[in-house]
Amino acid sequence: MHVMRSKRLTRSVFGKALSLFFLLVLGAFTALPFYYSVINAFKPVEELFLFPPRFMVYNPTWSNFTDIIRVQAEALVPLERYVFNTVFTTLAGTVIYVLIASMAAYPLSKRQFKGQKLLKKVIVSAILFRPEVAALPQYILLSKAGLIDGYGSLILPSVSGSFGVFLMMQFISGFPDEVLEAARIDGCSERGVFFRIVFPSVKPAWLTLIIFTVISLWNQTGAQFVYSESLKLLPVMVTQLSAAGIVRSGVTAALSLLLMLPPMIIFLLAQGAIVETMAHSGIKE
Amino acid sequence: MRKKSAFSGKSGESWFMLSFWLIPFVLFTLIPVGISVAVSFTNYNMLQPARFLGIANYLRMFLDDDIFIKSLSNTLLFALVTGPVGYVLSFAAAWFINDFSKGTRGALTFLFYSPSMVGSVYVIWTYLFSNDSYGVINSFLLSANLLREPIYWLTDPSYNFYVVVIVVLWMSMGNGFLAFVAGLKQLNPVYYESASIDGLQNRWQELWYITLPQMTPQLLIGAVLSVSSAFAIGAQNAALTGNPSTDYSTHTLLLHILDHGTQRLEMGYASAVAVVLFTIMLGSWALISRGLRAFSGKERGCTSCDQSV
Repeated sequence: MHVMRSKRLTRSVFGKALSLFFLLVLGAFTALPFYYSVINAFKPVEELFLFPPRFMVYNPTWSNFTDIIRVQAEALVPLERYVFNTVFTTLAGTVIYVLIASMAAYPLSKRQFKGQKLLKKVIVSAILFRPEVAALPQYILLSKAGLIDGYGSLILPSVSGSFGVFLMMQFISGFPDEVLEAARIDGCSERGVFFRIVFPSVKPAWLTLIIFTVISLWNQTGAQFVYSESLKLLPVMVTQLSAAGIVRSGVTAALSLLLMLPPMIIFLLAQGAIVETMAHSGIKE
Repeated sequence: MRKKSAFSGKSGESWFMLSFWLIPFVLFTLIPVGISVAVSFTNYNMLQPARFLGIANYLRMFLDDDIFIKSLSNTLLFALVTGPVGYVLSFAAAWFINDFSKGTRGALTFLFYSPSMVGSVYVIWTYLFSNDSYGVINSFLLSANLLREPIYWLTDPSYNFYVVVIVVLWMSMGNGFLAFVAGLKQLNPVYYESASIDGLQNRWQELWYITLPQMTPQLLIGAVLSVSSAFAIGAQNAALTGNPSTDYSTHTLLLHILDHGTQRLEMGYASAVAVVLFTIMLGSWALISRGLRAFSGKERGCTSCDQSV
C-alpha cells in the first residue's frame, strides 16, 4: 500500500498548507453553531439573556447540568424513560434499516429480474417527493394498522424510506462483477455472496448510512405518532422543558448540548472506521 | 409454467432479499405518496369527506394565486443558485480533505458536517444579520462609518434573499458531502498508479480523468440530495426572514405547501402544489443524472482510463 501511495501525484507542500488554511477558516465558520451551543450550556441564566448575545461566557458554571437532576425529580415521567425511548428507537431503527436497505440494494444493483428498472425509478422518485403532504395519509395508515402510540409508529416510517437503498445501490454497483462470479462458481448462494463478500466490502457505505440514520432517528420528535407521556422521545421532553420559560432556559441549554453528543460520538466512531476498503480487502479488478 | 419457474427461481431470490424493505416501503411511503397525489384532485379539509374537483386545484395555482407564482419563481431562483454551487463546494471540500492524514481529515470532516448534527443552526445567523444596530454586521459597518443607519438584512426584500442564499450555502456540507468523503475512500488505487506512469501532469488532470469517472455513483447520490434540498428550501427562510416574509420576498413552494396544508387546512390544494414541486424535481433529476452518466461514460482521450486495466 505504501509503495502504491508514493507513486501517486501529490500536492506541493505550499499547496497543501494553503488548502489546510482555507479549510480551517471555512471549518471555523461551519462549527459556529456547535460552539455557541457549548458556551450556552455553561452560561449562568443572567448571561443567557444578555443583549446583544455574547459569543463568550464570563462566569462558566456547571449549575445548568446539576439542575437537570433537580428539575427531573419533579417530573411525572423519569428522565430515564425518555432516554430509553430515544436510545431504543434509534438503535432498533438503525440496525433494521441498514440491514434491510443493504439487502434490498444488492439484487437491485447486481442481479437481473423482472420489474427491476421500474423499481429503481420508483426508488429515486420517492426520495424527491416532499413528505409534508404524505404525512397525513401515513398517519392514517399507521393508525389503521393499530400502530399509533407504540414503538412501531416511531420506527416503521423511518425504515421505509428509499434514500438508504439508493445510497447502498450506488456503492454496491462499483463492486467488481468478476469477484461475484467467482464466488458463485465456488458454490456460494446469493445470500452468502451478499453477506460474506459484498456487505463487508462496502463498509464505507453502510458506515455512512449509519451516520445518516442515527442522526435522523435521534432527532425525530415523533410527536405526531405518540401521545402517552411514557412513550415520548427526548427532543419532545426538551421542548416541553423550554416551554416552562426563562426559569428553565439554563437546563434546556444544558440538555440540548447533552442531546447533541451521542450522534456526534457515533459520527466520530463511524468516520474513524471508514478505511480504504478496496485496498485493504485485496480486491482488485 | 416456464415463466413461473423463472420467477420463483433466480428472481425469486432477488425478490426475497428485497421484500424486507419493500413491504414497509410500499405501505408507509409509496401508498401515502399515492394518496397525496389522489388528494391533489380533490377539495379536502381533513374534517369533511374529500370532494372530487378534477384539475381545478392546478388551474387555481397558475391562474388565481399570485403568491404561488411568486414562490415558484423564488424556488427556481434559490435552486438554480444554491444547488450547483453547494454541490461543487461540498465535492471540492471532500476532495481537498482527502489529501490529509487521518486525524486532520477526521477533524475537518467533523467541523464541516457539524451544522447537520446541531439542532438550532440558524440562531447564529439571526444575530449576525440582526436588523438593529446591535447586529454583528450592522454594528461593524456602522462603527466603520460605512453605513449611516442599520440595514434591515432579514426583512428588507432587497437583501433577505441573499442572506438566505448565504446561509443555505454555508449549510451545504451535509449528507452529500459525507457520501463524497466515503466515495473517495473506495477508489481503486490501481488506476492512479498506471495513470501517473502514463504521464498525467497534475492533480486537476487526475481529478478529471480518473477520480470523477470512478466517483459517478457517489456523484449521483450527491445530485439526488442536492435536487431534493435545493428545491425544498423553506425552513431556513422561515427561521431567518419570518413566515411569511416581507411581501413574500423569500416565500417558496415548500412554505406555500405548509401554509395551505397546516394553516388553512386545504390539503387538496397543498397536495397539488406538492405534486407540481415533485414534477419539477423529477424533471431536473432526469436532466442531471443523464448529464452525469454521459460524463462518466464518455471516453476522454486518456488511454489509462480504459476500464480493463
